[in-house]
Amino acid sequence: MWEQIRSNKIKSVWLVAGMGALLLGMGYLIGEVFFDSGIAGIILASIIWLIMNLVAFFQGDNVFLSISKAKKLERSDHPRLFNIVEEMKIASGLPKMPDIYIIDDPAPNAFATGRDPNKAAIAVTSGLLQRLNRDELQGVIAHEIGHIKNRDVLLMVISGIMMGAIVLLADLALLYLIFGGARGGRRGPSGGGGQGQMIILIVGIVFIILAPIFARLIYFAMSRRREYLADASSALYTRYPEGLASALEKISSSTKVLSSAKRATAPMYIINPLHKPGIKARDLSSTHPPTSERIRILRSMGNSASFADYDRVFRQVHKGGGGVIPQSTLAGAAGLVEARGESVEEKKPEKIEKLERAREVSDLLEKLNRYTALACNCGAKFRIPPDFKGSSIRCPRCGTINPIPGR
Amino acid sequence: MMIAVYIIIGVVVVLGIIFFGVYNSLVRLRNQVRNSWSQIDVQLKRRHDLIPNLIETVKGYMKHERETLEAVTKARTSAVEASGKGVGQQAKAEGELSGMLTRFFAVAENYPDLKANQNFLALQEELTTTENKISFARQFYNDGVMHLNNKVQMFPSNMVAGMTGFKVGEFFELEAPAEREVPKVSFT
Repeated sequence: MWEQIRSNKIKSVWLVAGMGALLLGMGYLIGEVFFDSGIAGIILASIIWLIMNLVAFFQGDNVFLSISKAKKLERSDHPRLFNIVEEMKIASGLPKMPDIYIIDDPAPNAFATGRDPNKAAIAVTSGLLQRLNRDELQGVIAHEIGHIKNRDVLLMVISGIMMGAIVLLADLALLYLIFGGARGGRRGPSGGGGQGQMIILIVGIVFIILAPIFARLIYFAMSRRREYLADASSALYTRYPEGLASALEKISSSTKVLSSAKRATAPMYIINPLHKPGIKARDLSSTHPPTSERIRILRSMGNSASFADYDRVFRQVHKGGGGVIPQSTLAGAAGLVEARGESVEEKKPEKIEKLERAREVSDLLEKLNRYTALACNCGAKFRIPPDFKGSSIRCPRCGTINPIPGR
Repeated sequence: MMIAVYIIIGVVVVLGIIFFGVYNSLVRLRNQVRNSWSQIDVQLKRRHDLIPNLIETVKGYMKHERETLEAVTKARTSAVEASGKGVGQQAKAEGELSGMLTRFFAVAENYPDLKANQNFLALQEELTTTENKISFARQFYNDGVMHLNNKVQMFPSNMVAGMTGFKVGEFFELEAPAEREVPKVSFT
């Protein structure tokens, strides 16, 4: 379990280095084409990359949370969610309890953020809390904790910035070629090496067009791999792959679209929030692996929950392909990891359960929006909006005048 | 002659580096095992603290279940006494307590009034999560013990462990079969 992080780091470093090489290569070629100096281009690329890094660093992790309109929760707001996160914190050996946020959106989804495990946060939508039962929620939270534990957020931020820099540089270069190119990028006597210049120009243009595509492919491939790894972590932490499988099933069957999700934040979610039904998900430009496949792998794990088992099933599903878990991890984590059996949980009628959960979540959201909850002696409960004027309210059921606390 | 000396010095240095590397990883594992044991301990204590509250809350409702309540109280007392007496004995007492609690909640299902009591529901969620935390902390602890034991017993790290006095850790296994079947008390 611990070797995995080290091995992941090495592999990730290679991928990020590849992207960095792509960025520098592009800077060099742009420099050659436009300024007659490769070094100038490399400097330009580095400056753009540095500025984007600084912006990301100072905005911090809060930018994800504020883009998604997430609100911070306290323990008293939703004790059960807090308990589940704490359980998974213990199971994963995370050093510190992550902050918990809620997004008021009916589309069920969740994401994790935080560049290091000490400053992590998990956000869930209200739709997720409404739909999932305890085991399923546990699976989802374990998946998110897996992201935190495997340092996926840091990796995706670093590679996301690189991809952004490459795309930005390519866009700038193309703009310059189209609008500024006519003015003559290479004025002055450049030594008459016309043919050499032409070759560099063509190579440069091809590179400028291709580099962003490659950067995206690397980025998406990395993102998909990380999703599998987080799924495997979830199975390992909960010892109950069925929980996550059934959660994924419920989440993916929802037709609601998360309104606050952006392309930049999409890889962070447990299920691609931008995926539209009808488009085949199994393509190279997806941030997430096909959900049906993720479910199939989890379900095929049977009564075992270790990384080795996930890897075995993964190989079966992808015939001939390599595994998803680093070899060194498998070697270190040999041993029996038994999954929990089918949980013996009393089945209440689904409908009542759903109603209860929906009520719980709406209570929570209203509390966050500073609604005051009031219970009348006759047993009726109502909530008073924060802009309600007056110090008392008449109970609609029995007619008692109730004073509003704090007014 | 000089070359032989250099070779010997080189071998000694390399061996030394390997020795300290292995030693450090053993220390890291042992610390992790100790730390995760304290995690289990925290949760077990929390469970001990919750049970009197629970009994107090349900006493009025479950007048006819004196035996069950007494059995839970007794199991708690012996679990409290067993704490600090070594992993094996403590695990046995806690396993019995878990079994008792499972039985208790099964009985409580027959009291609809109780299930409408907010206080009881909050306590139930607390006990559910404590129960889950115990099993997850145990899981993490046992994983750590397994890694430590592998290192202590397998060649070549067993040589370092033998020289520096590392011992194999003890697994925390709950004895009661009931606990294995129902690792969690889930009431949604």
